[in-house]
Amino acid sequence: MQLATVIGDVVVTRKDDKLTGVTLLVLQPIAPDGQPVGRTLVAVDSVGAGVGETVFFVRGKEASFPFHPTEVPADAGVVGIVDHWDLG
Amino acid sequence: MQLARVIGTVVSTHKHQKFEGAKLLLVQPVTLDDVPRGTALLAVDSMGAGVHEKVLIVIEGRAANEALGRKGAPVDAAIIGIVDVVDVPV
Repeated sequence: MQLATVIGDVVVTRKDDKLTGVTLLVLQPIAPDGQPVGRTLVAVDSVGAGVGETVFFVRGKEASFPFHPTEVPADAGVVGIVDHWDLG
Repeated sequence: MQLARVIGTVVSTHKHQKFEGAKLLLVQPVTLDDVPRGTALLAVDSMGAGVHEKVLIVIEGRAANEALGRKGAPVDAAIIGIVDVVDVPV
């Protein structure tokens, strides 16, 4: 999983049926120092995250697990909203 | 598997139910020479690792699920061991 900031959402009218009702968020991955790192991406949301929140997301087919038994065609998914993190 | 250093802890109240009770740690992958490599990531920990410890991680969904001991958890990385020593004879 990786930390990211939610920077937007995506509205897609014509899409795979299994994506019906699924929120798509635009994420900017961040490093532990809070700085943006790497490319932005679109992820499905299963926790009700919104723009401006810090979240963590999972990559790969596990992104679809929260929607089980529906096999959502996703390769990234937000699975938690971060309260805070502490560096040792 | 990869070697990594635990660099922090993450607190998340609102998360997918399969994460309940799981410990989330920030880990920084390192080379054999202990030099940071790539971006830090979050891994679930069921080994009781602590900050500053060197650990062995998997970055793959099925393996991470096995490590967590839960089926169908949306995880893609897990700590599977705490490293005592890495011995690479030259």
